[in-house]
Amino acid sequence: MTLASLFVDAFRFIADNASFLLDKAAETAELAFVAFGIAIVVAMPLGLWLGHRHRGLFIALGASSLGRALPSIALIGFFVAILGVGFWNTTIALVVIGFPPILTNTYFAVEGVDRDVVEAARGMGLTEAQILRRVELPLGLPLILAGLRIAAVFVIATATIAGIAGGGGLGEVIANQPAYGLAGVLAAALCVSALALLTAGLLALAQRAAYRRMAPSA
Amino acid sequence: MTGWRVADGGPVIPSFGHASQCLKENGWFCTDWIRDHWGDTLQPALVQHIELTLIAVAIGFAIAFLLALVGFRFRLLDPPLGAFTDFLYTLPSLALFQLLVPITGLTVTTIEVALVAFTLFVLYRNIVAGLRSVPAEVLESARGMGLTRTQTFLRVELPLAVPAIMAGLRIATVSTISIATVAAFVIHYGLGAPIFDALAEPDIFRTKLVAAGALAILLALGADALLTVLQRVLTPWNRLR
Repeated sequence: MTLASLFVDAFRFIADNASFLLDKAAETAELAFVAFGIAIVVAMPLGLWLGHRHRGLFIALGASSLGRALPSIALIGFFVAILGVGFWNTTIALVVIGFPPILTNTYFAVEGVDRDVVEAARGMGLTEAQILRRVELPLGLPLILAGLRIAAVFVIATATIAGIAGGGGLGEVIANQPAYGLAGVLAAALCVSALALLTAGLLALAQRAAYRRMAPSA
Repeated sequence: MTGWRVADGGPVIPSFGHASQCLKENGWFCTDWIRDHWGDTLQPALVQHIELTLIAVAIGFAIAFLLALVGFRFRLLDPPLGAFTDFLYTLPSLALFQLLVPITGLTVTTIEVALVAFTLFVLYRNIVAGLRSVPAEVLESARGMGLTRTQTFLRVELPLAVPAIMAGLRIATVSTISIATVAAFVIHYGLGAPIFDALAEPDIFRTKLVAAGALAILLALGADALLTVLQRVLTPWNRLR
């Protein structure tokens, strides 16, 4: 089979099974976004706090290396061994995957804010919480959003691997070549790619908007 | 049944004849199993994994470097090249390994091609960003000193881009080690092989899963540390950081 005919077959598969693929994509999106949301809720406050206190450089750097080093398949297997097959074991594995880039970027975003600006804010009588919310968070926003983008792509990509562990979604199609054929695998892969690019694209737009807001208004 | 699929080799049933209490209870880290099977399972898988990674990163670097030179020299080509490597990166690894099988067969080449494709994204972006990061004043003084375009590239832009390039190499190497474990879903090779074997057993062979997973993590962290040292050696002028 040539590559071109495989792509033709894949697009035919997409056309013939559009509603099926949409259902599967919705499952993948649900799995990925729940995990992404939890990862944000856990990692971001920690990153903001550590960055604000200028502490925990080691944690931030370690998290970024370790996060990339974790083999997703072993991680998912590990949680399946503990919790059994289901929604939550994959979700937790995905939270672990999404956590490091969010933590690292949030940390460096806040840590890197010009100290003179922070001092000036402090001099104006802002409380620490106000400095974090009104000065450091807006100034660090572009870098924070960049971290969210990396994490989102990571989590969506790994969510498909969860398909091998009965996690459902597009990964289930990808992991089941005997049933769906190579064209089905490619079709599902293209859907995953589209989902990841769409999410990354939306976050990139948000990032650009944040940059524009931060640009000095001359 | 857990629904895991093994490509070949099939599930390996441990012989419980002389097994320790730990193995009978499917413990998380039975040192006796690790000792007994280091030579026939873990070590060969580790060596295969290192080989996979070295080849993939070396070829990926060569391709990314050439692409980056093109993207750097001809700015118009940078966005499409970047978008192409972006797209390759978003393809699910699980799918790419399968999709290459009809072309390159059930061979190590299939794993390498997919791994190379995944390294391009990080390497391309970092090399271009590194080359672009050279301040305009520096380029101006290079021109003032009478350096030709090629000399400026080799003596100014390239050395100043080394930190960004090395950062890209570190990320690419660590991610390659991690992604390569997925390849065993299709081709029984590398550290992914014992991981998938462990998952194929009815109750998941915990020690085997943890041992092979931990080896993959240690290999990645070790490679990261090694490349950090290499970066320091290559950029003596950056020691202050």
